[in-house]
Amino acid sequence: MHTLDLDRMAVRDVNQRLHSDAAGTDTDQRYEILNPMGRHAIAVGLDHPFDVTVRGHAGYYCGSMNKEATVTIDGNAGVGVAENIMSGTVHVTGYASQSAAATGHGGLVVIGGDASARCGISMKGVDIVVGGSVGHMSAFMAQSGHMVVCGDAGESFGDSIYEAQLFVRGSVESLGADCIEKEMGPEHVETVRGLLERAGIDADPAEFRRYGSARQLYNFKIGNIGYY
Amino acid sequence: MDERKVRESATFPPHVIAEIQRAASEGLYYIRGAGAKRPVPTFDDLVFLGASISRYPLEGYREKCDTNVTIGTRFAKKPIELKIPITIAGMSFGALGANAKQALGHGASAMGTSTTTGDGGMTEEEREASDILVYQYLPSRYGMEPDQLRKADAIEVVAGQGAKPGGGGMLLGQKITDRVAQMRTLPKGIDQRSACRHPDWTGPDDLEIKIQELREITDWEKPIYIKVGATRTKFDTMLAVKAGADAIVIDGMQGGTAATQTCFIEDVGIPTLPAVRQAVEALKELDMHREVQLIVSGGMRTGGDVAKALALGADAVSIGMASLMALNCNAPIYEEDYHALGTRPGSCHHCHTGKCPVGITTQDPELEKRLDPELGAQRVRNYLATLTLECQTLARACGKSHVHNLEPEDMVALTMEAAAMARVPLAGTDWIPGWS
Ligand SMILES: Cc1cc2nc3c(=O)[nH]c(=O)nc-3n(C[C@H](O)[C@H](O)[C@H](O)COP(=O)(O)O)c2cc1C
Ligand code: SF4
Repeated sequence: MHTLDLDRMAVRDVNQRLHSDAAGTDTDQRYEILNPMGRHAIAVGLDHPFDVTVRGHAGYYCGSMNKEATVTIDGNAGVGVAENIMSGTVHVTGYASQSAAATGHGGLVVIGGDASARCGISMKGVDIVVGGSVGHMSAFMAQSGHMVVCGDAGESFGDSIYEAQLFVRGSVESLGADCIEKEMGPEHVETVRGLLERAGIDADPAEFRRYGSARQLYNFKIGNIGYY
Repeated sequence: MDERKVRESATFPPHVIAEIQRAASEGLYYIRGAGAKRPVPTFDDLVFLGASISRYPLEGYREKCDTNVTIGTRFAKKPIELKIPITIAGMSFGALGANAKQALGHGASAMGTSTTTGDGGMTEEEREASDILVYQYLPSRYGMEPDQLRKADAIEVVAGQGAKPGGGGMLLGQKITDRVAQMRTLPKGIDQRSACRHPDWTGPDDLEIKIQELREITDWEKPIYIKVGATRTKFDTMLAVKAGADAIVIDGMQGGTAATQTCFIEDVGIPTLPAVRQAVEALKELDMHREVQLIVSGGMRTGGDVAKALALGADAVSIGMASLMALNCNAPIYEEDYHALGTRPGSCHHCHTGKCPVGITTQDPELEKRLDPELGAQRVRNYLATLTLECQTLARACGKSHVHNLEPEDMVALTMEAAAMARVPLAGTDWIPGWS
């Protein structure tokens, strides 16, 4: 395991090391990053199957635009954790601030605790599993992918949603425009089971309810004026 | 009927009556392409003084007048070098067809300048066609991929656009083909709305962190621009500098669009003319003029416009609609197809329909055939070459050996509005309304 200490190295040097090592031949692909102390943009833009653990709390955009790597934040994460993730996994053991996994295209994002507002905003294929609850406007304009919330969802959940699939075990404070509850069929239970398994979270998939798009706002119509 | 007694209302001219009646029948705002049609003070209201006895001109074609500009000198490890101070503005694949994108790319590359992607990400063809490609980072993040960020020569964070400061994007269903839908991860045929705000930052403090993130991802190599619609330009410029931008793109209210509500196009933002001046003032106040490059767009048409924007202190300009016109937008050909859209050559703004009569803003393969990418590239090259020659000619006439040596003192204004906005004196006076 390689140790990169942010008390001794700048974030810039840590990221450059992770980028340049991707082209190397070292068989040890494990890294730990010490003393993150809420610094921003740690372990961003990785495109190699490294296993990176950030020991402590990270600031904005930790693990963003990840491809292939597994990034674990052993602590809480700031705004936009795993923003625009393409593949691989970003796992926050604690809580996540706003816009977790925003615009993610693929891969898996796991938040052990709660995620704040706008979790999964404009998600484009990422799978998100939240052990706790998500804040208001989560899954806003969610295009594709899955979100599994083991706790509750805040106001305007799934507002202006496209084709993403949302699953919530607890209550939903309110659904956003064009988001409706849908039937939870056996294939959906299997989807949730698989995601919970991948996330390492123990919950009964049969307890979840499914939400998705009513597809009424896909084309501009005068009858929908109140929603625009 | 006595024609003298028939008077048109200034408040309700025919186009206003027609719009009221359209609104009454459809119940929805009108969405269209192109820029503002209302008259606004423009660079036409400024003139150069030219050399005289007190200043001598440079010999045309013999004495050198350079046009090169470097963008990204502040932080980027790899600044970009443009041979001319005229770039092609961000226009998405989706709004434009593939042939138009290719023509713009090859034409701009032939002149040593850049083109810019748009909403929906980068296509392979576009990367291949453009020697210098600026990658837009937009609120929708449609098609945003880190590999594309890495492939780009510069990154433009779009906070806003002149045609719609404060508004989101729009791509109507008729333009969403399989390829466009797939690039944007959305179902085919739906009316695509793009967010007006970025999903993971708001405000200048966040923007600073966002820029840091983009730099970290790309190892601090690429120049990072911030594009804003012209509104509170002085503050926006200052905040963009504070946030760490390498370059600022200010897009005036005349700026074109592929599809936006008319109320945005006509009623929001300030013209390009005062915006350039405000941006330059902000840069000078921060001692960042020429350190952070200023790129100006919105209604650029001629070498005169370019020269005047540079004289006010811009480092480069960016062109949207006029580059499409070089590709025959609004040309008097295929007239029956303009008529079918309810318009005629010269007045077309129907980019939003996807039925562009000349094959530019369309995804329809039959219409696209009307634009030959090779011929188009030649036309774009010719047009950019003409603008450059005109700009050099004016600079030489003012005695300048580099187009960046043009200065506000080389110009006067023909109207009080332009004098006040550009802060140059009214012609034949020392008077700058509101300032002296
Ligand atoms: C067809 C078309 C598509 C455009 N698409 C985008 C876009 O995707 N992103 C963006 O920032 N601006 C977009 N713009 C605005 C241009 O980048 C630029 O700001 C504007 O065209 C400049 O003004 P001008 O058209 O008067 O030259 C578009 C403009 C046009 C005409
Ligand atoms: S001719 Fe084509 S590009 Fe020009 S305004 Fe009309 S639709 Fe748009």
